[in-house]
Amino acid sequence: MATRAPDIAAGRLSPEQYAVNFSDIHPPLSRHEALVEADRCYFCYDAPCVKACPTTIDIPLFIRQILTDNPIGSAETILSQNILGGMCARVCPTETLCEEACVREAAEGKPVKIGLLQRYATDTLMDEVGEQPFERAAPTGKRVAVVGGGPAGLAAAHRLAMHGHDVVIYDARQKAGGLNEYGIAAYKAPDDFAQDEVEFVLSIGGITVEHGKALGRDVQLGDLRGAYDAVFLGMGLAGVNALALEDEALPGVADAVGYIADLRQAEDLGALPVGGRVVVIGGGMTAVDVAVQSKRLGAREVTMVYRRGAEKMGASLYEQELAATSGVVIRTHAKPLRLVVEDGRVVGIVFEETAEQDGRLVGTGATFELPADMVFKAIGQILVPAALNGSAETIGLDGGKIRVDAERRTTLSGVWAGGDCAATGEDLTVAAVADGRIAAESIHRALSAG
Amino acid sequence: MANLASNFIGIKSPNPFWLASAPPTDKAYNVVRAFKDGWGGVVWKTLGTDPPVVNVSGPRYGAIHSNDRRLIGLNNIELITDRPLEINLREIKEVKRDWPDRALVVSLMVPCEEQYWKDILAKVEETECDGVELNFGCPHGMSERGMGASVGQVPEYVEMVTRWCKQHSRMPVIVKLTPNISDIRQPARAAKRGGADAVSLINTISSIIGVDIDTFSPLPSIDGKGSHGGYCGPAVKPIALNMTAEIARDAETRGLPISGIGGVTTWRDAVEFMALGAGNVQVCTAAMTYGFRIVQEMITGLSEYMDSHGFTSVDEITGRAVGNVTDWQYLNLNYVAKAKIDQDLCIKCGRCHIACEDTSHQAITSMVDGIRHFEVIDAECVGCNLCVNVCPVQDCITMEEMVAGTDPRTGFPVTGEYANWTTHKNNPMAKPAVVAEPAE
Ligand SMILES: Cc1cc2nc3c(=O)[nH]c(=O)nc-3n(C[C@H](O)[C@H](O)[C@H](O)COP(=O)(O)OP(=O)(O)OC[C@H]3O[C@@H](n4cnc5c(N)ncnc54)[C@H](O)[C@@H]3O)c2cc1C
Ligand SMILES: Cc1cc2nc3c(=O)[nH]c(=O)nc-3n(C[C@H](O)[C@H](O)[C@H](O)COP(=O)(O)O)c2cc1C
Ligand code: SF4
Ligand code: SF4
Ligand code: SF4
Repeated sequence: MATRAPDIAAGRLSPEQYAVNFSDIHPPLSRHEALVEADRCYFCYDAPCVKACPTTIDIPLFIRQILTDNPIGSAETILSQNILGGMCARVCPTETLCEEACVREAAEGKPVKIGLLQRYATDTLMDEVGEQPFERAAPTGKRVAVVGGGPAGLAAAHRLAMHGHDVVIYDARQKAGGLNEYGIAAYKAPDDFAQDEVEFVLSIGGITVEHGKALGRDVQLGDLRGAYDAVFLGMGLAGVNALALEDEALPGVADAVGYIADLRQAEDLGALPVGGRVVVIGGGMTAVDVAVQSKRLGAREVTMVYRRGAEKMGASLYEQELAATSGVVIRTHAKPLRLVVEDGRVVGIVFEETAEQDGRLVGTGATFELPADMVFKAIGQILVPAALNGSAETIGLDGGKIRVDAERRTTLSGVWAGGDCAATGEDLTVAAVADGRIAAESIHRALSAG
Repeated sequence: MANLASNFIGIKSPNPFWLASAPPTDKAYNVVRAFKDGWGGVVWKTLGTDPPVVNVSGPRYGAIHSNDRRLIGLNNIELITDRPLEINLREIKEVKRDWPDRALVVSLMVPCEEQYWKDILAKVEETECDGVELNFGCPHGMSERGMGASVGQVPEYVEMVTRWCKQHSRMPVIVKLTPNISDIRQPARAAKRGGADAVSLINTISSIIGVDIDTFSPLPSIDGKGSHGGYCGPAVKPIALNMTAEIARDAETRGLPISGIGGVTTWRDAVEFMALGAGNVQVCTAAMTYGFRIVQEMITGLSEYMDSHGFTSVDEITGRAVGNVTDWQYLNLNYVAKAKIDQDLCIKCGRCHIACEDTSHQAITSMVDGIRHFEVIDAECVGCNLCVNVCPVQDCITMEEMVAGTDPRTGFPVTGEYANWTTHKNNPMAKPAVVAEPAE
């Protein structure tokens, strides 16, 4: 039987086409556009948009500051609640957060473009002033260890440094920024914005970053608790869920998060191989991101397969539309049944159609096969508890994530946690920033009291 | 299409929309363009004596904008025409000859000596224009030279110059008043005593439009210095409406024809001026902002309005609201209105709540049973209308008259009987008997 040679190739497009495909998906507002848009804000009382922002930025105030031609003051309003306001302005799914709550969404289906206005203000500050606007309080002599230099860790470290504490960030990777650097879709934060922002955050001083230091491998939780006055865990979700199918480890199957990390780090996108026919399994933000980016890398056919209906997808309606307009085919109500293997590699995948009965998902027995040069798993990430257990410490978990209270305290005294690794809100950059800031304030209170 | 023909003090025009004396009427070129677009008449840019005045060669206008840069107020430091008198007169004559059905009035400003007025009137008469307008209004530049507003602010001068003009000319004379005065009735009465056929108002209001907060020069800035200018445009309309009404309802000037000016931008503005007593309107800033074509919206809007109200002549609009302008002391204190929010239209911005809560009468909820909800508390609402004014949604909050029952705020029954301050028990000067509103 003749074998199908897998069609996996780099350089499917011209260099110009890669540049176009991965340029800023929402170009920034010009000054004129920003002023006109800012004028649309009603300066609401007890504004619903603020309530919908996980970091509770004073949105009416920052927009009014733009309106009065004070973008620097506006940026300070934003950054005082969310030091990663620049990245959040680019990556927040505003259509399910502040902009969904905006009264002008109710009024005419066109919310104030809060995200783009936030970007206008923060970009202006970063471009014109360059450094972040906060100063450190007098040194307290207290030391805090932060595990993970993603949005949660950076937000915590910044707030702690601001209060005068000394912070050491331990990060397993070579660059800080977490998924801002390794995960977010390339066209949402082009031009190395993630690293610029890390530098901007760290410029407050008092923060040291130990790169390539993993908790559970290079440092242990018990030692950190002994050596520091407090510990904040913000290591995200380092593991990915498996499909639980035979042959999953064979070539041809890849984990979406890992592939996106390679894409984000690629010097030359033209050198990154991508399949001709790509199948993505999952219905969340990661699934959309890997599907759209595969398409933009030049894949001919990209199909996203989700086991439930579109309304249940983790990806917002806006993101589903983005996938559709990028040429991704979305198939719902189908779950992977088995992988098709030839010559020791995966060349296709068989799905079973599903239906929901009394809220439960059941297979209908009907099946179909999709040929695939690459199959991406994008069905969620998980905490790697080994990092915690390796230190012989036990820490309370909640649905596979670290259990925390409202102040982001874990069950271990002196240890706080936030971001994706903690059982808090949604897994979003902005939610991680909120956790980091809330935890830092709690740590500061604890250290000030002791 | 209603008949919009206008006859203002014997000057006929196909519609009551005239361009005010200003840059849009400074040359035949502009005026012909305006007539082609449908303007009923123009008041030619003010003529003076030769040699002509000289304007600054830097910025002469400044503006107030809403945040999306809609122009809501304009200020200028421009003088009267800076072209030689002969050229203006020749062009006026030609334009009047070519456009006989349009009104062409010539604005004049010369020093306060009889001979000057006599000379210029003779020359203007030869153009066969329809009338003259005496510019006693310009508040900047010319007033420093004893002309414009510096004449308009002294009723005796107004009367004297008006009388000269009536003596030395057979043309209709319109006296253009300055608003830079505390009681507009004084110069209006003086104009009438001098024999004026009509008054026109307002000219511009003395103003500094802004300051450059980096160079600290007033705006518009001429080499780092600024001078007060004249303010006009939509922002001045309320001031002009009040002054129009004051003259229309004054016992001495009642019936004196008025040409309404100041912020007229749409047909609605024109109807408001006419309802308060104006026979026609003049427009400057709106044309300078949008060009002459706006008159087409004015014409169709007015026509539509007249048809829907069954008016067959623009004169039927003139003065319709004058009888309803009264003194505060005659307002009905027994009239009770309460704000009402249409919950289907409400978008829950909370502006009504915070306005009433912080600065008015704490009469609008923000939360009901833990849910964001904005509703008027009748027992607290004084009916002030602030919430209506701040609500961003058209017609979402309305003022509803209470016609029966008890006002939950005061506990007083609503009787529908008229009673005003002159007889109120809290008024130390109250008259014992019920005094009805005097018939106007
Ligand atoms: C593909 C993808 C796309 C996404 N797109 C969006 C988006 O558009 N908008 C949005 O709001 N959210 C998006 N998210 C979610 C968002 O990126 C995360 O919610 C957010 O980054 C969480 O921040 P964090 O700091 O908790 O974790 P992370 O960003 O994951 O950072 C964790 C850090 O800890 C380090 N680390 C891990 N393990 C260890 C260890 N054992 N020891 C030391 N350091 C360790 C990592 O190197 C990393 O730097 C996306 C996620 C993915 C995967
Ligand atoms: C730039 C400018 C120049 C003006 N020049 C004159 C003038 O020469 N003579 C005059 O009587 N009024 C002059 N005015 C006043 C206008 O005729 C008019 O009374 C005033 O602008 C109010 O009307 P508006 O709100 O429609 O502009 C001028 C106004 C402007 C804006
Ligand atoms: S809800 Fe919309 S209009 Fe209201 S304050 Fe927020 S952004 Fe402005
Ligand atoms: S009318 Fe005045 S008092 Fe009544 S609710 Fe509105 S703002 Fe408050
Ligand atoms: S101001 Fe108008 S739209 Fe806003 S809450 Fe009040 S009634 Fe509703």
